[in-house]
Amino acid sequence: MQKEIAGQNVEVDAEGYLADLNQWNGEIAKAIASELGITELSQQHWDVINWLRDQKASGNELNIRKVGGSGVVDIKQFYQLFPGGPLKNASKIAGLPKPTSCL
Amino acid sequence: MENPTKKIVIIGAGTAGIMLSNKLVKHKLDVTVIDSSEVHYYQPGFLFLPFGKYNLDKLRRPLSKLINKKVTHLRDRVASINYSGNSLTTESGQEVGYDILVIATGTHIDASATQGLSGAGWRKNIFDFYTPDGAMALREALQNFTQGKLVVQIMDMPIKCPVAPLEFAFLADDYFRKRGLRDQIEIEYVTSLSGAFTKPVASSKLGHLLTDKNINIVADFYVEKVDPEARKLICYDGREVNYDLLVTIPVNAGADFLHNSEIANELGFVEVNHGSLQSTKYPNLFAIGDAADLPTSKAGSVAHFEVETLVENIMRSINGQPLEESFDGHSNCFVEAGGGKALLLDFNYQTEPLEGRFPFAMFGPMKLLNPSRINHLGKLAFRYIYWYMLLPGRKIPFIPNKMSIKGKKQPKIS
Ligand SMILES: Cc1cc2nc3c(=O)[nH]c(=O)nc-3n(C[C@H](O)[C@H](O)[C@H](O)COP(=O)(O)OP(=O)(O)OC[C@H]3O[C@@H](n4cnc5c(N)ncnc54)[C@H](O)[C@@H]3O)c2cc1C
Repeated sequence: MQKEIAGQNVEVDAEGYLADLNQWNGEIAKAIASELGITELSQQHWDVINWLRDQKASGNELNIRKVGGSGVVDIKQFYQLFPGGPLKNASKIAGLPKPTSCL
Repeated sequence: MENPTKKIVIIGAGTAGIMLSNKLVKHKLDVTVIDSSEVHYYQPGFLFLPFGKYNLDKLRRPLSKLINKKVTHLRDRVASINYSGNSLTTESGQEVGYDILVIATGTHIDASATQGLSGAGWRKNIFDFYTPDGAMALREALQNFTQGKLVVQIMDMPIKCPVAPLEFAFLADDYFRKRGLRDQIEIEYVTSLSGAFTKPVASSKLGHLLTDKNINIVADFYVEKVDPEARKLICYDGREVNYDLLVTIPVNAGADFLHNSEIANELGFVEVNHGSLQSTKYPNLFAIGDAADLPTSKAGSVAHFEVETLVENIMRSINGQPLEESFDGHSNCFVEAGGGKALLLDFNYQTEPLEGRFPFAMFGPMKLLNPSRINHLGKLAFRYIYWYMLLPGRKIPFIPNKMSIKGKKQPKIS
């Protein structure tokens, strides 16, 4: 389905995750972040977002342990940067699919 | 198209390694499989052991009865691989050369990866059911558990058989209900993911199952450490969950020799092309089953669907032909829902589990994504299919390797 985010029309799934990672940009990231209650994206936020996007682009599956071992943040900081559910929230802001199990 | 002078070595004689070696010898290839185990376990049966169903001897068979006589079985464990030299070294110090190497070492639970998990509480009030001895120890613990809080918990993804913890929670609900104890026992499901069901169709269709069974869910909970004295799980954001009895799925890891190796990721899973199963680093190296880093379930059914692609690609590799990228991520599994019913899932890389009928689009008889008695019977019957058709490498009638979209419908998500 289509949704207007930061004044741009993008394709999203039922839960608001971007369907196409190429439709993503910084403005969209900021808008999704503020919907999730993150009012400002710091350099550290961006470092995590970019790392996640790089991983996904190279076909790697994401999990929290992997983020913790990335050298970009540790898991505690990851929870502080993206409170609630860090992997699902960071993925959403980064324009990536929702982390899922098989059903 | 045969070349008996090429030597194929498979590391691991589990579900994938057995099926693959039995199929490859039919192509008159020189096949060696390396595994120190004498027996093979039917792991899906582990789910039922804690509830007093099955005994261990129903779930195991000697490897010698499962592997074709023409396959050389080396009883040893692999310690390291010399990728550029096309050889490997076993724990007893033997060096084995190969032309084509397949890694089929599966995944195992690593309780030591989480602080406090394998400490004072392990196998006292903390149990796993992914190992035969863990499942049997849990059986006794469940028998003695008459009141308090049972927590079923997943450390991190990926895990093998990702639905097994949920099935365990459903069966535990049944088990205590039958014993008249359910009112005294609280059941909680704790997951590092955003919920027990994370895909839209499954969440909308099945989300009610947990509420109906009065199973509480704690989501987005990634365990930093376990405090066995205080009997609690502590999340990285400070949240805590108490337990009296903890049933955990520890971090799942690949074989030790794969950790910190150039061919595997940080959890020890081999990085392969998702369609061809060929290593992204070495062309004569492949991985199959749980050992591979594929974005689909780690499940026996997946290994089964992968085998065809891998046999074809090994033959192509030997004959210098381009590989096929024919594996589509197909997974097919029964999910015990309690009350003598199960549901059936059928999905792949592209398509999430949908409603419909299986394996025949209009007639079923299995209904997808809806709990039914026939699905439960299907799950129980699968043990026979496993021993007599799957492992020997016979084709299972009507079950296609590639997922079919026929007879499936995209329901409205409410
Ligand atoms: C509780 C439970 C329920 C399940 N339910 C289902 C289900 O309903 N449906 C389904 O499809 N799947 C199910 N599964 C998953 C299924 O059992 C596995 O996905 C399947 O066994 C994977 O096969 P594999 O060959 O990759 O690994 P395995 O069968 O685990 O075999 C790996 C083999 O590698 C050997 N090995 C390891 N390291 C070395 C080494 N260094 N050297 C030599 N050998 C080594 C091991 O000894 C072992 O024999 C379930 C699993 C569990 C635990």
